[in-house]
Amino acid sequence: MKFSILVNEGPYTHEASDTAYQFAKAVLAKGHEIFRIFFYHDGVNNATRLTTPPQDDRNIVSRWSKLAQENNLDLVVCVAAAQRRGIVDEGEMKRNGKDATNLAPGFRISGLGQLIEAGIQSDRLVVFGD
Amino acid sequence: MLHIVNKSPYDRPALNSVLATAEGGTILLIEDGVFAAVKGGAEEAKVKAAMAKFKFYALQSDLEARGMADRVIDGVTVTDYAGFVDLVAEHKTCQSWL
Amino acid sequence: MTTKKFMMVNRKAPYGTIYAWEALEVVLIAAAFEQDVSLAFLDDGVYQLKKGHNTKAIETKAFEKTWGALEDYDITKLYVAQESLAERGLTADDLAVPVEVLSRAEIGKLMEEQDVILSF
Repeated sequence: MKFSILVNEGPYTHEASDTAYQFAKAVLAKGHEIFRIFFYHDGVNNATRLTTPPQDDRNIVSRWSKLAQENNLDLVVCVAAAQRRGIVDEGEMKRNGKDATNLAPGFRISGLGQLIEAGIQSDRLVVFGD
Repeated sequence: MLHIVNKSPYDRPALNSVLATAEGGTILLIEDGVFAAVKGGAEEAKVKAAMAKFKFYALQSDLEARGMADRVIDGVTVTDYAGFVDLVAEHKTCQSWL
Repeated sequence: MTTKKFMMVNRKAPYGTIYAWEALEVVLIAAAFEQDVSLAFLDDGVYQLKKGHNTKAIETKAFEKTWGALEDYDITKLYVAQESLAERGLTADDLAVPVEVLSRAEIGKLMEEQDVILSF
């Protein structure tokens, strides 16, 4: 079965990112496919590679990157939500005249249409948030 | 439908909202929502009454994290993430009552 | 393109958090994808529709004009829970756009008919 996941909260403040991650791992372990994981609202903060948690804490961002790399996942960050919150890739840096990028490996920035497409293409869409 | 509730019933009305809206179905309690699955509290009677119309599940790791795994209301099924995935797969739609 | 039934469930008040505003952006995109879109307003979500928002002093974009624009996107299915209005001392006359006022149970039945339910 084809799953997609929507993450509406940032890491650390809410459990939503952790729950979404554990759920995604379980979906893959069950042999299902993940069509896309979409990050919206403060969920876009899951995609900043500048995150540096204490050594004895989980690194939520690099955990996503690793999961994406190992399973060839499509992690999409909403462009409008990302612009509001300062999540920047190379293209956004040039387009908006910023002096840095911070998008973590395995993520890409794209439009909200990607969320609707995920809803259309997937058998199930599960929302995690506050 | 699978209704996913992640709010404590002692703090927010998400669970009440499900019970007042849906005719029946399955309710999965996750995150702070698992406090609704705990016996001995003021919300227990409501959950037990709702069992006539809803099947209740609670996520094991969230119960354990909160020290509540040993006091789950009879009739609430404790499930792991694999079970969570199965519940989503078994129901045509799921709704997160954020 | 496949057409699915999308319902956006709004249960949060506007302005205190951004959820309502960003949910509306999803509604417009879903309509642009020619999906069968409906909106349900329950609990504090009904406050989003109250007419006469003046957000000038909090320097936030107001909702009211956007509701009017929904019709241009062929979004006409706005369902509001009667119980949620009544609990808050509101009636349909207090709302900025025409809506269908339904009981929670009726909205619950519509939820069962959906392919995708998005909540924020």
